[in-house]
Amino acid sequence: MSSSTQESATRTRATELANELASTQRRSRGLWSDMVRQLVRDPLVVISALFLLLLIVIALFPGLFAPLPYDLTSFQDKLASPGSMATSDKLAGHRYLLGADRLGRDMLSRLIYGTRVSMAVAFIGAGVSFLIGVTYGLISGYARSSIDNLMMRIVDVVYGYPTLILIILLQVFLTASSQQDPSQISGLQQIIIGLDNSTGGLFFVFVAIGAVSWLNMARLTRGQVMHYRQQEFVQAAEAIGAPRKRILRRHLLPNVLGPLIVAETLAIPTYIYTEAFLSFIGLGVQPPMPSWGGMISDAYGALRSAPHLIFFPALALSLTMLAFNFLGDAIRDAMDPRMKGR
Amino acid sequence: MIAVIIRRLIWSIPVFLLVTGITFITMHALPGGPFDTAKTPPALVDQMEAVYGLDRPLIEQYVTWLANMTRLRFGPSLAYRGQSVESFLLPALGISMQLGAFAMLFALMIGLPAGIIAALKHGHWQDRSATFVAILGVSIPPLVLGPLLYWLFALKLDWLPVAKWASLSDGLWPYISHAILPAITLGAGISAIIARLTRASLLQVLYEDYMRTARSKGLSERVVTVRHGLRNALIPVVTYMGPLAAAILTGSLVVEQIFAIPGMGRYFVTSISSRDYPMVMAVVVIYSVIIVLVNLFVDIMYVFIDPRIGHAH
Repeated sequence: MSSSTQESATRTRATELANELASTQRRSRGLWSDMVRQLVRDPLVVISALFLLLLIVIALFPGLFAPLPYDLTSFQDKLASPGSMATSDKLAGHRYLLGADRLGRDMLSRLIYGTRVSMAVAFIGAGVSFLIGVTYGLISGYARSSIDNLMMRIVDVVYGYPTLILIILLQVFLTASSQQDPSQISGLQQIIIGLDNSTGGLFFVFVAIGAVSWLNMARLTRGQVMHYRQQEFVQAAEAIGAPRKRILRRHLLPNVLGPLIVAETLAIPTYIYTEAFLSFIGLGVQPPMPSWGGMISDAYGALRSAPHLIFFPALALSLTMLAFNFLGDAIRDAMDPRMKGR
Repeated sequence: MIAVIIRRLIWSIPVFLLVTGITFITMHALPGGPFDTAKTPPALVDQMEAVYGLDRPLIEQYVTWLANMTRLRFGPSLAYRGQSVESFLLPALGISMQLGAFAMLFALMIGLPAGIIAALKHGHWQDRSATFVAILGVSIPPLVLGPLLYWLFALKLDWLPVAKWASLSDGLWPYISHAILPAITLGAGISAIIARLTRASLLQVLYEDYMRTARSKGLSERVVTVRHGLRNALIPVVTYMGPLAAAILTGSLVVEQIFAIPGMGRYFVTSISSRDYPMVMAVVVIYSVIIVLVNLFVDIMYVFIDPRIGHAH
């Protein structure tokens, strides 16, 4: 009996301790929880986040949502208007909710599969540019000034190049080299080209966008590091002999992360748009793989006869960019202490 | 000041060499040449390449190209035989510049007032709606806005012509009417960026001490806002003109495709796929020179807007 009361007393004390620990932890995380609380208050942010979440789910499992395969053609139904029924026998009973394109492919299904491309570009593009840019910027900002100078001059040169032109050149270069005679190319190249073909040309789009998009991140990170490296907490860490790697990872990175996340979120619409534009001029994702930009390009040719075709991919593209812009703006405001209470 | 300009110009030389060098190497590394077609016999291809000097070592070709470039000769076009690149790139550049200027004008006319009103009415409905419209503007890219305007104003309402570019000699209205839709398509996103920048920077300035000082001196609210507030608030906006000009440049690539305007952007896209090396090089050179010049112009403008910078040097 007595042992059980003793046990319960210990348990209460343990709970108290745990609570206390948890509360101090919460207090030390104030900035983040404050931020989240402020973000959740804004209905536009919640809607944007839910919308993007939905897009991610659709992009991961397009087969669950799409009524038909994206490349199934039915010539009797070409340019079918939204809501019309399929006329061919094999698709009897199918309703084209958003109409059909000039090859009689279901627009809704293509739109759903197109989500995959835009989401992949958004997240992989952001991931690549973040990883390369932040690493580069951290090293450049913390290295000796001679190394820093060299690293930043490299960035300057690529920066002096109009971004879209560089991406187009790269993309042309990559796709042209993939169309070479297979006997002339090495094994590694063949693997890369195979990867690109199996993703419908998407892989090279990642490479082209990734090769350019890290520049901004690198500049921003370096600027932030330059600002923080003179501050007392870094000097203190240096004084007690912390290795560089640890200073970079444990002291500098957490401090510079905030603005970088905001910048990356706001850069995502640009990646999505760049892919759409590349597909629009025929340099992006290769048909029959659907991408919103490619669909806009297809529909643009039929603007006179079937203007409804351009509406849905254009809407999807804009809404997605809008959601990322809203989210990025809101995170920036939530992180800015001057915006508190406004 | 002049020393600064000269130093900046000298600094842009290595950048320029690297940019053109990279383009040159990339273009020539592409498999396939300008004269490769299924029907042309290989001997003829070799002969053609010899005529245009394409059989020379790459470095020699580059140096020759550089030498010609300094005399503003971009060489013969390989796709349009018998014509020099500059003979039709220059008119195209003119059209692109006009389109860019119209777009910038539109962007400033909408963006600046919107940003100023939003900042002065901070927190009111004017501010909220301007901020909302600005986010919309950034999220509706030319690829979406262009076809939409095209369909609505050219096809549905038949108010404005498209798919052509008129010159001033065709009359004032034809000239302007052809430019309206492309300019709005190109300028809308830029105007949203300008509005956001203006608002943010004016908001920051409005609560500065010197603003209170100016008011306490008894200056009228209008003088305080315009002479003290706006002039300082515009500095970040002017700084951003460099990236904005670059955005217009690359944006015109999209808009020229959509509205079938015979500007530089269209030549650029077609010349890559036809391996028209001199044409690609010329377009890249012109684009990078424009960006360098705009950045220089921005640096000079600084001094006029912000007297502190001029004295510091």
